[in-house]
Amino acid sequence: MARVTAGVTSSHIPLIGRVIDTGETSTPYWKPVFEGYEFTKAWLASEKPDVIFLVYNDHASAFDMRMIPTFAIGCAERFNPADEGYGPRPVPVIEGAPDLAWHVAQSVIQQDFDLTIINEMDLDHGLTVPLSLMFGQPEAWPCKIIPFAVNVVVYPVPNGRRCYKLGQAIRNAISSFDEDLNVQVWGTGGMSHQIQGKRAGLINKEWDKAFMDRLADSPDELAEIEHVEYIREAGAEGIELVMWLIMRGALGEHARELYRHYHVPASNTAVGHMVLEACD
Amino acid sequence: MALDKPYADVPGTTVFDADMARKGYHLNQFCMSLMKAANRDRFHADERAYVDEWPMNEDQKQAVLDRDYLRMIELGGNIYFLSKIFASDGKTFVHAAAQMTGMPEDEYKQMMLDGGRSPDGNRYIGEK
Ligand SMILES: [Fe+2]
Repeated sequence: MARVTAGVTSSHIPLIGRVIDTGETSTPYWKPVFEGYEFTKAWLASEKPDVIFLVYNDHASAFDMRMIPTFAIGCAERFNPADEGYGPRPVPVIEGAPDLAWHVAQSVIQQDFDLTIINEMDLDHGLTVPLSLMFGQPEAWPCKIIPFAVNVVVYPVPNGRRCYKLGQAIRNAISSFDEDLNVQVWGTGGMSHQIQGKRAGLINKEWDKAFMDRLADSPDELAEIEHVEYIREAGAEGIELVMWLIMRGALGEHARELYRHYHVPASNTAVGHMVLEACD
Repeated sequence: MALDKPYADVPGTTVFDADMARKGYHLNQFCMSLMKAANRDRFHADERAYVDEWPMNEDQKQAVLDRDYLRMIELGGNIYFLSKIFASDGKTFVHAAAQMTGMPEDEYKQMMLDGGRSPDGNRYIGEK
């Protein structure tokens, strides 16, 4: 059977993609950001996941105002990196895992979550930047990826409680797939940042740290955080952190923190990155 | 019954909710058109003529021509959509964010290097 073995969270700041693609990762500004991913690169090389179920959000790339799915699962065999207005990132094509993705779609919809099934979409920095941070610049990505897009752009976004429960449903779905696969679930976005309005530039280190402190052992408390608290405390765009709760829900009841990295600033954002192991 | 907006008292923040999405629909779809290189070229060749092709209101068009991002946000623009405009100008999120705060870009960058804008005093409108 397939197993969810671990979870990874990470920010997905677009400028990080640009910096990797142009080879400027060792400047004094960027070095501390990238050094914080060295542990995870080595850990992934030994873990060798078969599939990554990658929870991210699209930033007006594949979806615009014509269509706004709250939860969308990518079931295609492959996906291309999106052209976000300055040409697509020079990264490998993303190979999907269609058999598992369709299985998850059916199972999760039967568990009362209305997923939108997508067979054609380009993937923007929300998905490709975490891959680059974790795998560097390979010829091909070392595993299959199931893109799972969450609307956090047009309010209201799904609340934390629903995201946490959705993660649990995804775990049930993956665990009932009849193939021996090592699956990781990644949750991207955050941490505190606000990129609009007079309050742009907001960073809340204490709040971010408390969020990280509770992710492994008290996710049910985090799931109760209301939208308005994310906006007020973590900035208008800090609300992306609900995606971390999907990852956490997918790890099952018990999880252990293996690693964390936190750094301010990268562009407008507090970089947060964690590795958790599923312990059930 | 009006929608509950518990975020209305967060200072300096426009939540892109249903009302804003309704208001900004054409502005945001205009932004999306700039994802295509041919449209970017036409826009930059004659900005006025290009915005006139879109059913935006005059305030929205003027805000685009002025690159007044705070005003575009007030008029229903969403920052991720607006990013298509500044990306086509070769500008970054930091540039747009700094402009919206009213700070010079280098001052804004320094604030970020110093740990960002503190939430203290910035949680509620009128808070000291
Ligand atoms: Fe994002």
